[in-house]
Amino acid sequence: MTARRTTSLRRRVVDRVMIALCTLAAVAAVAILALLLGYVLAQGARHVDLAFFTRPPAPVGERGGGFLNALVGTAIMVGLASAISVPVGVAAGVYLAEFGRGRLATAVRFVADTLNATPSIVAGLFAYTLVVVPMRRFSGLAGGVALAVLMVPTITRTTEEMVRLVPRSLRESALALGVPEWRMTLDVVLRAAAPGVGTGIMLAVARASGETAALLFTAFNNRFLSRDIDQPMASVSVQVYTYAVAPYDDWHRQAWAGALVLVTLIALFSAAVRVATQSRHRPLL
Amino acid sequence: MESAPRRLDPDAVFRGLCRAAAVGILALLVLLVLEMTYGARLALFRFGPVFLVTRAWDPVAGRFGAATFIYGTVVSSFVALCLAVPFGVAIGLFLVEVAPRPLRGPVGFLVELLAAVPSIVYGLWGLFVLAPVVRDVVAPALRATLGFLPAFRGPSHGVGMLTAGMLLAIMILPFIAAITRDVLTVVPRELRESSLALGATRWETLWHVVLPHGRAGIVGGVILALGRALGETMAVTMVIGNNPQIAASLFAPGYSMSAVVANEYAEASGPLYLAALTEIGLLLFAVTVTVNAFARALLWRMARDISGSARG
Repeated sequence: MTARRTTSLRRRVVDRVMIALCTLAAVAAVAILALLLGYVLAQGARHVDLAFFTRPPAPVGERGGGFLNALVGTAIMVGLASAISVPVGVAAGVYLAEFGRGRLATAVRFVADTLNATPSIVAGLFAYTLVVVPMRRFSGLAGGVALAVLMVPTITRTTEEMVRLVPRSLRESALALGVPEWRMTLDVVLRAAAPGVGTGIMLAVARASGETAALLFTAFNNRFLSRDIDQPMASVSVQVYTYAVAPYDDWHRQAWAGALVLVTLIALFSAAVRVATQSRHRPLL
Repeated sequence: MESAPRRLDPDAVFRGLCRAAAVGILALLVLLVLEMTYGARLALFRFGPVFLVTRAWDPVAGRFGAATFIYGTVVSSFVALCLAVPFGVAIGLFLVEVAPRPLRGPVGFLVELLAAVPSIVYGLWGLFVLAPVVRDVVAPALRATLGFLPAFRGPSHGVGMLTAGMLLAIMILPFIAAITRDVLTVVPRELRESSLALGATRWETLWHVVLPHGRAGIVGGVILALGRALGETMAVTMVIGNNPQIAASLFAPGYSMSAVVANEYAEASGPLYLAALTEIGLLLFAVTVTVNAFARALLWRMARDISGSARG
């Protein structure tokens, strides 16, 4: 009785079928995702025009107008959030990478990861009680604070990872030259890690630019062009939301244009990040 | 030479600043919990734990309960997981084990890009594209085939629990796919080769050797995705229907915890109303923190196991 040397027909069929199913599922899923992006691109491209970038909204009921107020508002609030979160996030990341041992560092890492996964609506609630309640009105400042809460953990964790990658020998050479520790960290280590840290900051900025839930009841909305951060402020994302759920076709068209702008921004950032960190492994979470 | 009185040591100052920033992050979490607990105190004292199981939501009469919202959040996330896990794991398997090499980069990039698309864009697409498809195609098909189950009966208006679940599934798909890919990439080559050398087919190797090896990591990734689905706000708000009810049918509109906060917070009048909404936000925060801590513990254990087996 000789052992069968070929795999049985049943096993071969199962193998082929399951691998095919796997491929099919992947193709189907990628197709759905591609369809989504394609639809946003097609709809957005049809409705985006010069007025979208240069005009504030037309009075309710009139056609035309654009997203200028929202573009300016998003830029101001993301800038404000960056001004708060970049120094804090980078410093905390440097602490974790350079000095962070023991309980405190573990706790900070855990808390940063926790905050990273916090629903953005919770950041909105936080900024509401912290800024909106004392000021007694919605404001761009509150929006910036809410976005900063969302940005800090991302920046902290990427900074830590990037600073860790800087070789020890570089630090030792600097110290051997008699450079004090703080100058060594700022001028040598951080400079060496700058591309990676910049990538983390860009990711955080990209996420904040598309953020909506955190702004709904912090910055609220504003149909007029405003640069005052102590007044309610428009943002591209909130305006897309308002326009999408409103009953006007013209607003729906502008919402698609707004979505296209957001997606383009994200795609540019993602591509830049991919170029900047070509060979390195990037964790998605 | 040192004649001037000793100044502050700049190194110590620098360390102190970095440390302060790190401690600031801890303080942020503490402040967040305190602020929100304080904001919710009226509701916490007034309703107590009964809040969680009360179905009434009547701002005019001052009666508030979170049951319908908890139900909506749980059911829509559950639907999303049921749909996204098989597809996400399949994409991961495909990327690591099946796809020809030149295809891996672009498909991987598409998947990552989709993880970065803002939820408002998903919401817009869900409202204008997915909801009509659910109403005209998906719901009738389900009614015809699985109509004997109460979950698939009744009319569909497009927006509803099923649409929210489907949209959430699409949103978390990239996460599950990416983590599956990352986990499977670190499965040692020798394991695969041993299995194949013993005469197992490619599928048997995947199913009996590769997937079990990465199971803890994949489960961790799925739970991370669940955390995202639970807290997702804009996309759900736009397609779930925003109707506080517990209906047997998945076609019926519902309401979720995040959606009720997003919709009603800015316009809530009266301190009790605001407090009730804040308590829902606090609950949402507590749930996502728990889910994430659990997922991270799993992933951490897996990382430890891998480094342990590499040493041993």
